[in-house]
Amino acid sequence: MNLKFHNKEIEGILTIIPAREVKFEEEMEHYNFSPAKSLKLKMAMGYNKHCIVEDGVCVSDLLIHGLNHLFDKNLLIKDEIDAMVLVTQSPDYFMPATSNVIQGKLGLKQDMICMDINQGCAGYIIGLIQAFLLLEQEEVNKVLVLNADVLSRKVSKRDRNSNPLIGDGASVTVVKKSKEQNVIYGFIKMDGVGAESIMIPAGGFRTPSTAATAVEDEDRAGNFRSPDNLVMKGDDVFNFVQREVPPMIEHLLEKASCKKEDVDYYMFHQPNRFMLQKLADKLGISYEKMPNNIVANFGNSSGVSIPTNIGFNIGSKLLTEQLNICLAGFGVGLTWASLLMKIGNLRFNEIIKF
Amino acid sequence: MKDKITTILKEIRPEFDFTENVNFIDEGMLDSFDVVTLVTTLDKEYHISIDGLDIVPDNFSSIDSIRALLKKNGVNDES
Repeated sequence: MNLKFHNKEIEGILTIIPAREVKFEEEMEHYNFSPAKSLKLKMAMGYNKHCIVEDGVCVSDLLIHGLNHLFDKNLLIKDEIDAMVLVTQSPDYFMPATSNVIQGKLGLKQDMICMDINQGCAGYIIGLIQAFLLLEQEEVNKVLVLNADVLSRKVSKRDRNSNPLIGDGASVTVVKKSKEQNVIYGFIKMDGVGAESIMIPAGGFRTPSTAATAVEDEDRAGNFRSPDNLVMKGDDVFNFVQREVPPMIEHLLEKASCKKEDVDYYMFHQPNRFMLQKLADKLGISYEKMPNNIVANFGNSSGVSIPTNIGFNIGSKLLTEQLNICLAGFGVGLTWASLLMKIGNLRFNEIIKF
Repeated sequence: MKDKITTILKEIRPEFDFTENVNFIDEGMLDSFDVVTLVTTLDKEYHISIDGLDIVPDNFSSIDSIRALLKKNGVNDES
């Protein structure tokens, strides 16, 4: 589906990363593979360290820390927030919405909209799309896209498929109506047939968590996990990404009448370095224009890998320049989405620790 | 090319004999992570980039299938 938005802009991006860093080597002993084989995988996939929360830390903790940082520095005024869109797959509770919890804890005004969206790898793009839609309302002038996940708490430490790459994190993106005329191009598709490619099988209403769902089993590849844990069919996901993402980007650029070389940066969701390099090669884009260093430095924090990518790789640049940037997210759902927009002259674009 | 592929495979999974006429994937001699390591090594050794869409089990199930994939990427059989 093609999307087009007019006269919206990002005012600032803040990313909140857990201070706890765990090295790949520290966890190798948990895996049912030889150290030599694990180290080869480390090289190929770009694993190094990942940032994960301490036990009990929730997405609202990360986000409230980040929002208070912005309030304290006068980079955001509470009464100017007309809506908060929280995209997460690890909410504090089934109910109420975590965005409502955050609103209450921060003492924000009642005259606003709070909503949670259950999306993951493409969640940052979907949050921005929702923000653009809300900004069409006359009385909505500023929307916060809150994207956060603490999925390390749902990953088996003995699952080499997922544990080395998973990271936690949160981001606050301030989106507002723009005084300047601009056009933002978007594209999104979903395929629920692939819903089981990335999932947490137990813990919802379909299969509630019990003592039985907490029991770990060994899969064919020698990983141990339980139905309470996140499971990722890596082959399926890899093939889906290689099949769908390159044509999506080609299509988006064609719709925007934009040449590949006229895009300054391709800031994509980062599942692992190998997948990103294959996408860059396929699209004929240099690795400099499509950074792939987020998993190595932070881990894959689902949709939050995109604002982390922006903050880590072009953080200071976007404070003084405006660049033509292609954003893309792809994964759980299955969902794949992209945006082409100008981003720059931001009030803030930084990464802080929790 | 055949000897070089066999050497690379042996480095990845030293415990298996890749000269046997069996399906490497079905026999569990190569798992998906081994394939990633193999692709990374082949890309580097032959200065190519194997298309992501070609990274499917069938293309890594035997020495011949790997040779065919390399040829598709312009690698000469003598390399």
